Amino acid sequence: MASKKSDRISWRGDVTKPLRLRLRGLGLTLPPLVWLTLLMTIPCLTLVALAMATRGQYGDVIWQFTGNNFRRLIGYSFFGWSADNFYVLFRSLWMAAITTIICVALAYPLTFHVVTRPPRTRVFWLILIIIPFWTNVVVRTYAWLLVLGPNLPPARLAAFFGLIPEGAALYPGQFAVYLGMVSTFLPFMALPLYASVERLNWDLLEAARDLYASRFQVFTKAILPQTKPGLAVGIIVTFVPAMAMFVVTDILGGAKFMLIGNLIQQQFTQARNWPYGAALSLALMVMTLISMAIFRRRSGLRNLS
Amino acid sequence: MTSQIDFVDRGLLVREVSKNFGPTAVLNVVNLDVRQGEFFTLLGPSGCGKTTLLRIIAGLELPDTGKVFLDGQDITPLPASKRQINTVFQSYALFPHLNTYENVAFGLKARRFSHQDVAERVGRYLEMLSLGDLEKRYPHQLSGGQKQRVALARALVNEPQILLLDEPMSALDAHLRARVQADLRRLQRELGTTFIMVTHDQEEAMMISDHLAVMNDGQVLQIGPPRDVYTKPTNQFVAEFLGATNILSAVRHGDRVMTGLGDFMMQHPPDWVKGSLTIRPEHIEVERPDAFGANRVKAQVCETLYSGAALDLLLEPEPLPNLDPDFPIKPGQVKVRTYTHDHIDRGEYVNLYFPPSHLVALNDKPI
Repeated sequence: MASKKSDRISWRGDVTKPLRLRLRGLGLTLPPLVWLTLLMTIPCLTLVALAMATRGQYGDVIWQFTGNNFRRLIGYSFFGWSADNFYVLFRSLWMAAITTIICVALAYPLTFHVVTRPPRTRVFWLILIIIPFWTNVVVRTYAWLLVLGPNLPPARLAAFFGLIPEGAALYPGQFAVYLGMVSTFLPFMALPLYASVERLNWDLLEAARDLYASRFQVFTKAILPQTKPGLAVGIIVTFVPAMAMFVVTDILGGAKFMLIGNLIQQQFTQARNWPYGAALSLALMVMTLISMAIFRRRSGLRNLS
Repeated sequence: MTSQIDFVDRGLLVREVSKNFGPTAVLNVVNLDVRQGEFFTLLGPSGCGKTTLLRIIAGLELPDTGKVFLDGQDITPLPASKRQINTVFQSYALFPHLNTYENVAFGLKARRFSHQDVAERVGRYLEMLSLGDLEKRYPHQLSGGQKQRVALARALVNEPQILLLDEPMSALDAHLRARVQADLRRLQRELGTTFIMVTHDQEEAMMISDHLAVMNDGQVLQIGPPRDVYTKPTNQFVAEFLGATNILSAVRHGDRVMTGLGDFMMQHPPDWVKGSLTIRPEHIEVERPDAFGANRVKAQVCETLYSGAALDLLLEPEPLPNLDPDFPIKPGQVKVRTYTHDHIDRGEYVNLYFPPSHLVALNDKPI
């Protein structure tokens, strides 16, 4: 006796119908989809539109198409061509890259230290890493101003070695900026990396050693491949916001440390030139996307992140 | 004592090695002689220290005291990467991001062998372990047995003086295990490399080894060829760990030994007065109930277990009338293994013959 083929399917221990399964999936994905459309896609498109609008005489936005913002972006102005914007962009890129590299170099020993602690003290170390998250970046950066101020031990030590004049502060300058950047972004690097290091298969380290690997080879051949997923996430969540950072450089870098973040912030505040700010923001986004694409291709992480 | 080396020419010596993890002693003054080119097994229950001893030989762990010599040279302070010793890890520890070829080539590349040398040698060892077709596969694409062969090739390709194997069969199913045991033995004989294996499986240890060391509680209890250790165990733990056995409490009177089963003659009487004897179930002979003579005990069959090749019996001996009041020894049940095809039924009475040559005196404290 031929019975009608059932339209029920088994899915992960559930017996259901395909249509119901599809509806359930849609019900769950719709809210985040709407969220992303409303709060991500539309603002981004607005930004593109804004970048092609004209600045009014009093800093208002006139919806009149112009390519002037982009011309100015690549350096053309009333006074002729200048490379200033490229310097700013390159400096931002450089700054973010150096910050990321220092964070990686510090995060590996840090996470290995935490992972090798007994479980009870491990929580303590993790909290130490997370605590900076509880304070606002601006407040934390101002705290560095106090620490690095003149006639305090760090400044005196630097003066003793002749690095800065007697009675000077350790800011503004590169040192202060990198200190502020690294202290801001180290947790972003350390936490994803910790998740990878915690699951490390230590047998592979011993196997590498047993197979005549040097200490450096143990890192490149046994540790790095295993911690790649955490490292990739860490690099992305450090590099991308570091590109756009302006608070730290503003406070610790002085006027000489103009980054793309500072430039954008200025256009939306003091300069009241929203269209040009929007064009700069687009440039930042494009630069970030290109950097990430290169990073993914170069590091063989195409199937990750 | 520590500096004295008894046998120097070729091989591995472990001298007075001790190791503590916190307050627990994992190894307690261990001595070991492994001859060049033999298959040596460290046998013992889990937690007996055998893996720690293997790791000390590999250079992955430092002993608290004691020394390890290879060909008469003290290698105790050398790290794993400086020893002519390679390890097959229990988890295999294959590099998941490298394929079979790259895994096997790892040690040679780390030592900067030329491109051709690497290719030639890796190819040879892949062929030897029939991995030629699996060169391009990654560990997650390999079966348990294949992974084990890659781990073997990865260690052997370095042509070490000693290969260490940490429970190499533990992840394989029973079917594969028997084949791999035979393969390992053949490989060892062909290469002439010293193999030191750790296992808790006494049958495996006996089948495969030239010499084995039985360990318990951080100590080596007995070392010898499997046959010697099996038939002439020196203490109760070794006797019981290597297979089913009968342990009899005993008192020696002159050259006769009194047990709960009666008086026995022994080929090698013990040198103690109170102690215990052991005899393997297959060494006790079953005779018709009317047989008569020395070393014979009448017993009733309580249980019969037929396993095809053998018939195992559990017997209750007849109680003895004249027990020494100073030393009341309760007779226990006797385990006997026969290879007879005669029917022996439950409740039947038989005579058991304990051959003097198979009664072995144990040298630990009386139970």
